[in-house]
Amino acid sequence: MKVLVPVKRVIDYNVKVRVKADGSGVDLANVKMSMNPFDEIAVEEAIRLKEKGVATEVVVVSIGVKQSQETLRTALAMGADRAILIEATDSVQTDIEPLAVAKLLAAVVKEEAPGLVLCGKQAIDNDMNATGQMLSALLGWSQATFASELVIDGDTAKVTREVDGGLQTISVKMPTIVTVDLRLNEPRYASLPNIMKAKAKPLAAKTPADYGVDVAPRLSVLKTVEPAGRKAGIKVGSVDELIAKLKDEAGVI
Amino acid sequence: MQFGLSDEQRMIIDTTRAFVEVELYPHELAVERSGHLPLDLIRDIQQKAIAAGLYAANMPAEVGGAGLDTLSWLLYERELGRANYALHWTCVARPSNILLAGTPEQRDRYLMPCIRGETWDCLAMTEPGAGSDLRGMKASARQDGGDWVLNGTKHFISHADLAGFTIAFMATGEEDTPRGPKKKITAFFVDKGTKGFTVRDGYRNVSHRGYTNAVLEFDDCRVPAANVLGEPHKGFEVANTWLGATRLQVAATCLGRADRALQLAISYAAERRQFGQSIGKFQGVSFKLADMAMELKAAELLTWEAAWKFDQGTVSEADMSMAKLKASEVLAMIADEAIQIHGGMGLMDELPLERIWRDARVERIWEGTSEIQRHIISRELLRAQGG
Repeated sequence: MKVLVPVKRVIDYNVKVRVKADGSGVDLANVKMSMNPFDEIAVEEAIRLKEKGVATEVVVVSIGVKQSQETLRTALAMGADRAILIEATDSVQTDIEPLAVAKLLAAVVKEEAPGLVLCGKQAIDNDMNATGQMLSALLGWSQATFASELVIDGDTAKVTREVDGGLQTISVKMPTIVTVDLRLNEPRYASLPNIMKAKAKPLAAKTPADYGVDVAPRLSVLKTVEPAGRKAGIKVGSVDELIAKLKDEAGVI
Repeated sequence: MQFGLSDEQRMIIDTTRAFVEVELYPHELAVERSGHLPLDLIRDIQQKAIAAGLYAANMPAEVGGAGLDTLSWLLYERELGRANYALHWTCVARPSNILLAGTPEQRDRYLMPCIRGETWDCLAMTEPGAGSDLRGMKASARQDGGDWVLNGTKHFISHADLAGFTIAFMATGEEDTPRGPKKKITAFFVDKGTKGFTVRDGYRNVSHRGYTNAVLEFDDCRVPAANVLGEPHKGFEVANTWLGATRLQVAATCLGRADRALQLAISYAAERRQFGQSIGKFQGVSFKLADMAMELKAAELLTWEAAWKFDQGTVSEADMSMAKLKASEVLAMIADEAIQIHGGMGLMDELPLERIWRDARVERIWEGTSEIQRHIISRELLRAQGG
């Protein structure tokens, strides 16, 4: 079984995000970019499936700027077998919207015929949480979102989902789309010898036109603002005062 | 000229930095406070470092290393250099390149166990009476039948308590040269436990807590001829051929530590408010930051250029000395100024700055003092003019 893993190049989670002065978005110039952490978990899971003998090949695909090939190389260094780059924009400020990404992925799925698509549940930049679900709809495949455990048994996948306040286990028919949550696994480091070997792995360069997909944006961003700053705290003189304030002012007890 | 990093180099930095931050930083404070690196912690981190291909990554691919070019190796060294020295040296060890000079049997016996993380190596050159003037060494070896008999004392021998063996450099006679008599030196493998070979605790010192040095005593210590590394009397040649880039290794680790101190200083200057504004808005602080960043960049460029030349086969002794000298001095300056920007908090051990400041001190001394480096640089300048 072939596993397809879409990966997105996003602002590194350690970077202190700054909103552009004109409010049109986040400033991405000269900012460290990395693989979306949820996608890293998806890549790790795919590699583990291969190591267990469940998967035979792990193909990673990224849609965005040319530099996304760095993200693909990282996935190859972790252990993916080959990569597809769909260069859909030349501006790091342009985010390809979930529907366009899902359409491109649907086209890739038709070409590659994987038995499983493993996606991050969302990208940490725009937090859309939509691509996996849209892909499922476009393909007419089953979907299992927010996976914290995945067991593949023949033509079904048993997926434990992280839902509000608990876990839900469902069984879906293969082929399927699984979007992964934070606790599914701990991704490995791309090891130094594998980094050196990744150079020799194939990376195919494509464009949206190759798949006949229009990636023009359908959404327009009206405004981007920084989260409100934290207000200054106060010191209380005694436990009684603390309890009184929690009761009367904060109203939490 | 090309200053960009390759995809491989960028990933090497990412993996090494992530490992250092996740696996090493959390243990720093305990090691600093106790001055001790527990063996079970070493084993735990070692296994993770081996899995990440970081262990012994300085080695060529054919013996299980990462097969890096010099620049890529030094980028990895820079990232490791951010962390407490004892942690990264011991748990993510880089066996000495001199072990590659061994015969196939010596490689199997000494190099491979180091690469697999089963033991560590240590190099014994320095003596109480022979520091920068290595040829002045008194420890000696004489041939006796098929064996060699070693006598003398070595000190400041890093990591000798952990190491399963040492490579001891011993005087094995004298030869006449146009510039007078010169000692011949031979390098020997000596296993711990060999009769007549004793490892004693060394000195407590200001830099690199958790790191140990030892005193090595050889008292009629007998080793077979098979333990000679390289050829007899060619110990210096072996060292010069195989230890080439150790000055650049020191430079790179200094760069990592200096960058960590600088980043802490920048964050603090942006966040700390006094007199109604962030202290980075005061020129007294902001100009310091500008100078720190500029000096660090200068040291980096010297180091990366020397690394690049090393692989081209065009590096000079002066190139490597300049990199080591500049990087170690810039580290000292940045560590000092980063503490100044932090004020009193910079001296508290909750932040890594006080240790970076302490650790910086040894970097201007070991692997050739700043004065020796200046001597090497100026000698090269003057020789070109016949001076």
